[in-house]
This record gives sequence, C-alpha cells and structure tokens, in this order.
Amino acid sequence: MGQFLQQLINGIQIGSIYALIALGYTMVYGIVKLINFAHADIFMVGAYMGFFLAPVMAKIFGGAFIPTIIAAMLITGLLGFVMEKLAYRPLRYKSRLSALITALGVSIFLENFCAMPFVFGPTFRKFPDLIVAKNIPIPGNLGLSISNVLLLDVGVSVFLMVLLFWFVNKTLIGKQMRAVSFDKPTASLMGINIDVVISTAFIVGAALAGAGGILYGTTYGMLASPFLGIWPGMKAFIAAVLGGIGNIPGAVLGAYIMGISEAFATSVNSNLGYGIAFAILIGILLIRPSGLLGKFVPEKV
Amino acid sequence: MRRLLAIILVCTLIAGVGVGCKKAEVKPTDQVVNLGAISCMTGGSATFGTSNKNGATMAVEEFNTAGGAMVGGVKTTINFINEDDAGSPEVGASAAHKLIDNDKVIGIIGAVMSKVSLAVAPIAQAAGVPEISGTSTNEKVTLVGDYIFRACFIDSFQGTVMANYAYNTLKVKTAACLFDNGNDYPKGLAESFKAGFEKLGGKVVASEAFTDEDKTVDFKAQLTKIKAAKPEFLYLPGYYGSTALILKQAREMGLNCPAGGGDGWDSPDLVKIGGAAVEGSVFSNHFSKDDPSPKVQAFVTAYTTKYGAAPDAFAALAYDAAGLFLDAFKTAGSIKGSDIRDAIKNTTFSGIAGAYKFDANRNPIKSAVILQITNGQQTYLTTVNP
Amino acid sequence: MTFLRAHRTIATVIAFVLVYAIIKVLNRAGILNAYYIQLIMLVGINIVMTVSLGMVNGFTGQFSIGHAGFMAVGAYTSAMITTVWLHATTANPWVGYPVFIVAILAGGLMAAGAGYLVGAPSLRLKGDYLAIVTLCANELIRTVIRVTDVLGGPRGLGGIPKFTTLEVVFVFAIVSVVLMRNYLFSSHGRSMKAIRDSEIAAEATGINTTKQKVFVFVFSAFFAGVSGGVFAHLLQFIHPDNFSFMKSLEYLIYLYIGGAESISGAIVGPVIFTLLPELMRSLQSWRMVIYPLILILTMIFRTEGIMGLKEFSFILIPQRQRKEATA
Repeated sequence: MGQFLQQLINGIQIGSIYALIALGYTMVYGIVKLINFAHADIFMVGAYMGFFLAPVMAKIFGGAFIPTIIAAMLITGLLGFVMEKLAYRPLRYKSRLSALITALGVSIFLENFCAMPFVFGPTFRKFPDLIVAKNIPIPGNLGLSISNVLLLDVGVSVFLMVLLFWFVNKTLIGKQMRAVSFDKPTASLMGINIDVVISTAFIVGAALAGAGGILYGTTYGMLASPFLGIWPGMKAFIAAVLGGIGNIPGAVLGAYIMGISEAFATSVNSNLGYGIAFAILIGILLIRPSGLLGKFVPEKV
Repeated sequence: MRRLLAIILVCTLIAGVGVGCKKAEVKPTDQVVNLGAISCMTGGSATFGTSNKNGATMAVEEFNTAGGAMVGGVKTTINFINEDDAGSPEVGASAAHKLIDNDKVIGIIGAVMSKVSLAVAPIAQAAGVPEISGTSTNEKVTLVGDYIFRACFIDSFQGTVMANYAYNTLKVKTAACLFDNGNDYPKGLAESFKAGFEKLGGKVVASEAFTDEDKTVDFKAQLTKIKAAKPEFLYLPGYYGSTALILKQAREMGLNCPAGGGDGWDSPDLVKIGGAAVEGSVFSNHFSKDDPSPKVQAFVTAYTTKYGAAPDAFAALAYDAAGLFLDAFKTAGSIKGSDIRDAIKNTTFSGIAGAYKFDANRNPIKSAVILQITNGQQTYLTTVNP
Repeated sequence: MTFLRAHRTIATVIAFVLVYAIIKVLNRAGILNAYYIQLIMLVGINIVMTVSLGMVNGFTGQFSIGHAGFMAVGAYTSAMITTVWLHATTANPWVGYPVFIVAILAGGLMAAGAGYLVGAPSLRLKGDYLAIVTLCANELIRTVIRVTDVLGGPRGLGGIPKFTTLEVVFVFAIVSVVLMRNYLFSSHGRSMKAIRDSEIAAEATGINTTKQKVFVFVFSAFFAGVSGGVFAHLLQFIHPDNFSFMKSLEYLIYLYIGGAESISGAIVGPVIFTLLPELMRSLQSWRMVIYPLILILTMIFRTEGIMGLKEFSFILIPQRQRKEATA
C-alpha cells in the first residue's frame, strides 16, 4: 500500500511538469491546427535559461527562484513569438504539411544550434540549486516521503494552470482565442485581429513551457544536453492528445494520467515504463481519437 | 535545362570528391606517416572523445620530440589525424575508410565507444591496419581479428572487482543494482557484478533497470522498489550523469546505503551534479591521477598544463594506447601493418594506466584501482589485480 | 539522335552502364578508392530509401516520419538470416549470393509486415497523427531490438558478410526505382495523387482511400526493408542507434529539399546530401544546424523543392499516344 501511494505521488510530480508543456501543445493546435514540434525545445531553452540566469538573479534580487522563473517565462514567450512570426506565419495559408515539416525543421535546428559549443554546448550542465532539496517523511508507518521539490512542482504548476484558466475564460483576449480556435474565418469577420490572437497563443504556451523547464531543472538538478526536451515533449504531446487536443482542461487531465501511468508502469518493469507512452497513444488512436474530453469534429467539404 | 543543370551539378560533385584526395609525398631523408584516431567529438559523450584525442595527441608529440622511429634507415615522425565519429557506428565506419583509404594511416587509436569500435574493427582488420582502442570494453571488439587490440580491461573484470570489494571489504551481504539495460556497457557490468557477488555468498535483492540513459531522468519509480527491498549496497554501473541523478534522488528518498560503480563514473561532473549525494561512494577505474608514481604525476602535470584540465581515465588510456602503438612501431621499424601488429602482440610496454601484456584475445592483463569520493575529490583506495 | 530518343529505354540503360564503367575505371586507376566507392554505395541506398519515402509523403500527401524503423526491420531480418541462421559467407559466391538475395527480400517482407501493423490502424486518422505514430513506431522498433539479446541487443549485430558491392547497389537501386516509378505512373499512382490533392473528393469518386494509403505505406516499407538489408551487408555491423529518428529525419530532409512530389527530386536530394557532408568533413558539427535551416527556407520560399514537379527524362515513361498519333 505504501509503495502504491508513493508511486502515485511520484506520478503526480512528473505529471505536473508534463501538464505545463502539454498546455502549450494544445493551445497552439487549437488555434492553428499545427503540432509545434519545436515546443519541446522551447521547454529546453527555458531550462537552460534557468541555468544561465539563476546566478544573475541571485545577485540582483537575493532570492533566485521567483525572478528566474519569471525571466525564463519572458524569454521563452519571446522565443515563441519569434518562432511563429518567422517560421509559421509565412505558411499560414499554405498546406498544413509544409507547416509540419517546417516545425520539424525548427525543432532540429534549435536542438543542434543550442548544442553548438558557443551556445549551450552538448555536455551536462548542473542546474543551480534554486531551493535546497529536503526529504519530508510523511508520518505514519507507510514509509512515504515527499520532498519540498515535489511541493514546489505541483504548487507552481497548479498556480500557473489556474492563472491560465482565468486568462482564457475571463479576459477579452482569452475569449478571442476561443473564438479563433472555434472558427477562424468568422472570427476575423467579427473584427478579431487574428495575428495578435495567434501570437498570444504562442507566447502564452511558450511561457508555460519555459516555466516547466525551470521546474524540470529544479527537480532533476541536471541538464543533460540540448536534446533533453524531446522525450518529455513527446510524452506531453501524447498527454495532450489523450485529453483531447485543442482542449485545455483535457491537456491537464491527460498529463496527470500520463505521469501516474508512467510511474506505475516503470515500477513493474522499466521497459514497460518506456513503452507505456506508446501504448497509451495507440490506445487512444484506436479507441477514441478525439481524446477523453475532445469533440469529434467532422471534416467539412 | 533543369535536367542539364542537375547533371552538371552531380558531375561536379563527383569530380570535387575525386579531386579532394591528395597523395602523401614521400621525402627521401626523413618521412612523415599518418596515425589516425577515431573519437566521439560530437554527441552526448563528447568529453570522452576530446579526452581520447588529447591523450593520443600528447603521446604522438612526445614520440616526435624524442626523435620518432627509424624505418629502413629513414627517420620517421608521425602526423596525427583525428576523425569524429559523432557516437555513431556509421559515421565511425566512414571515418575509418577515410583514414585507411585516403590518409593511408599506419594505425588507428579508437574508437572510444564499443559500438563504434565494433563497426570500425572489421574495416581495419580487412585492411590489415592495427587498431588499438583505449576504452572499448565490449568483449567482441578484439574478437573481430588479430589486428584489433584494446588498452583497457573488459566489462566482466570490472563487475567482479566491485563485487569482491563490496563483499570482502565493505562486508555487505545484500546489494541492489540499477542500470541501463539498453546499453551494453552497464548491462555487462551489472551482470558480472551479480555473478561475482552471488558466487561469494551475497544476494542481489533487487535489480532494476531503465531504458536509454539519455532519456531517463526520473528514477523514483525504480528507487521506490529498491528501497523496499532494503539493500546494504547499491551498484550503479552507468555513466556519471545518470549516476549523479540516481544518487541524488535516492538520498532524497531516504535511501542512504553505500554505493559503487565502474569507470563510467570518472568525471568531475559526477561531483558537480551529484553534490553531497555521491560523497563516500566508490568506483573501479583504470587509473588514479593521485597515483604517486613519478610517471603518472608527470603525465598529469603535462596534461593539465597543456589542456587546462586534469586528465580522466579516457585520456590516460588513449595516451597509453597511442604510446603502446608507437613503441611497437619503433620496435618493428616498419610501416607494414603485419609487422606492427606482431610487435604489439609481444609488447611489454609499461604505461601510466598499468603494464600491458596481451592475452590470446588481445586484451591486456591489467589491474584496476578503486577510488572513493571524499570531500568532492577522487581519492585512491586500493589496487585490485586480476 | 532521333534513334536515341525513340529508343529511350536502351539509351538509359547504356547511360547507366557507362556511368558504372567510368566509376570502375576510376577505381582501378586509384582515383576513386574504397572510401569513395563506399560513399557511392551509400548514395544508392539512400536514393532507394528516399524514393520509397517519397511515395508516401510526396505522392500520397501523408506525413510518415519514422521510415528508418522499417529499414531497421529489414536490416536485422536479413542480417539474422545470413549471419546467425544460415552462416552464409562471401567465400562461396554461388551459394552466398542467392542466400543474400533471399535474405534481403525476406527483410523487405518483414518490413512490409511492420508497415502494415503500423499503417493499418493509423492511416484512418488525420495526417497529423500519423506523424506521431510513425515516430513512436520508429522508437518502439528500436527499443524492441535493443532489449532482444538474440538480435544482439545493445551490443549490436556484427560479423555480417560483405555481400554488398557496387554492382549489387547499382542493380538494386535501378530495379527498385523502376518498380516504384512504374507503380507511381499506374492507375494506383493516380489514385495516390488524388488522395493527396483532396482526400474527400477522392473518396467521393469511389477510391477506397484508407486501403490505398495502407497499400502505398506497406509497399514503401518493403523497399525500406530491402534497403536496410543492403545497408547491413555493407556496414557489416548494425546497431539500433543506426536507425534512430535522426536517420528518419535525414531522409525527410533529402526528400523535401530535393522535391517531394518528384521521383527525380528523391534522387537528387540524397545525391547532394550524402556527398556534401563528406566533402565538408570539417563542418560536420554544423551539418545538423545547416540542414534544418535549408529545410525551413525551402518550405517557406520554394515549397516544391529543387525539382518541383519536373522529372528527368529517364524517369518518364515514353508516351504511347505519340506513336499512335503519327501512325
């Protein structure tokens, strides 16, 4: 029983980070129907920004965590904006395939460019200790323990998610975003500035991924290489599909299911843990392609 | 028109490729021959590749400064050519072809990773070019043929070394392993550790794996299981990056038993990333830079001065591999592959990472050292002989 | 000249034989040594891989990005047959080569089977999902190989006899390209293009789009598998890392920059991009920075790639109508 609960806790921790990344995928897909392959690399850049900025922030502000995460979110948000403007906007009215290929190209470019020695370099970086990790044993005889890092991960993620829900549901621009993802041509006829809305979606999604990157660095303490985004990105994407791509609460739900499944699967057999993501993906696509919370949208002629 | 352009383009490419090859010029009074190396200069193990290149370069420079070798009455020095294999067997094979066919090297130092060496070895063997890998520990590498040697001990030896140390010196009776089962090297080490430990009477109470080192950062699921089995010793035969993470997460979970590993731990980044979590842990290695012998210290000083960082085991092994090769070359006094190969086979070269004597499978019979992390530094504990 | 134009097939055959002869002569003369011959052989293998990918991505308008996975299936199957199960060697060519041919065809069939397993469930869905599914399939295949010790697992599979020679690659490349070309110019090919241009309209005209898509996918996987077999017997050692997503990516880059909707594009792409990095070995580390940039720029400014929709004349099948018109 103790092990079961512990794995559950492990899963929630992982799921929180996946959620932040998945939200970006789902928002962009909802608005422009594009799988932004490069999203995982925005997450990576966020993590590296933590590495580079933390010492600076510590000197200026004293405490490092909050300024670092805000700075990282600003930078990744900007990166998302630039990415959309340079690489995706020219292709907005061309075939979706070209956009997909371009997204792939941007992803590969970012990864390898950042791997250049004069950028981030291909080797391990130790992520600065933004908080000192402490083990907090849970009283009771189940042998459970959580750490303050876990509380941080879940806390920050949930906070940002709440912020996002408010943004999407209660602000004007949020309403515009929902309108554009529902029906783009009509939305533009209603006077909504499509460019602004799309850029906003990219910026917000990217900022969330950046925050995820900081949490990732804090949790694992190490940045293996500029290719570190690929795998979490893949799982986060599958999580978004699981929840219903384009659906924001779906992405969060999918991410936690993904994290928890992964923890349990790995505890049975590590290969199973590795393959569980694929298994979930195949499962969704065979049984319910629109995802758990998604709607089936018939193709109109 | 487009077709014509395309044809011209293709022809130019082929011509360009053909023109790109140059023939080495032979001078009458003294000559330069090429020695090649294949190192993973890019990719996830780039630091190992750099060490390989640096160690070998140093050996070549020392050789040249000492006057080179006499081949048929002609003074011969070495031009060192290092090629990148990007950690990929395919690129490594291509590099091997370039070195052998284009640069006409008399030998190859490399590759670093076993999986690349396995692709390079058949090419070297077929061409009759001796190859010495400083660091490829997979048994199959030297089995490819009689031109293939290695300067390090093989996986099965290392695991047993740690098993003996854990059981006999640390006096632990139960152990757990956590390793990457999608990678040859940790898998081999884990298997030999288990065999050795159980032969002595110990019990491996938990053996967990993860797949693909590069992609795994979260080990809590496996560590939760291991913790429940209450082992007295944790064997982590992987590379320094994942080891540091595992130990950090283990300590965060309250798993505090002693830990040990293999030569993959050899990097300053182990302490940088792992911090206090790796303190007190032990690992087996090929050499210790704290070895007080004057030869080792001279090497360490020279390397640190030249490259601005202390040498790791990869650099030391590459230095020895190249040194061994050049020594054999000098003894053979010939640039013919078969002569050099025979000289290598019978060598009694004494390097900085041990004395080299090859067995029937062209593996050196060498001892291992056990190092411990004390106060963030590697300290030498003991030497284990085969 | 008119003779050659009328008998285009013969002219093409003569041209290819000439190219082969020139390469052989240069080899004998020592200008093109084993290193370059190996490069040329890799070009041949890459051409077949890229053209097969082009059938799915270019002509049918799908987005399959895990092609190297099928190559892996073919490589491992054929290597297991020649190395582990039948112990074939180059020593006795009369026995060895037939075994080799059987092995690579078997590899192709296994890859085709894998293609069916991947394609049948996923081609029902919108194109976007296929990308992720093929990517995951590629990784899954690689993982299965990695944890299967019989296949060598993480140690890789070595000792593969070197059956692949320049002749083998030439024949294999020409035969494969001709087969795929004929398929693409047939009524099946027209169905594929119809699906690419508008899947709904194609469905409305009675084409069973899913079945057609699956068929092309399987067909393309077959050629990828055969290429894998030829590749394995060239390199003599294969390892799961040879067939990672990075490798799939390379073929995508070759295809889209060369021109996805043209067979000639799928030929030009690999020729340029296989030879180029070897020429610029010093710039090796910049390769994966420059290539994606070229890809992005191509997509933005010249989406159709280098060749666009044009084909080399040896690709096109001579029009029968012309003969009938003059008769």
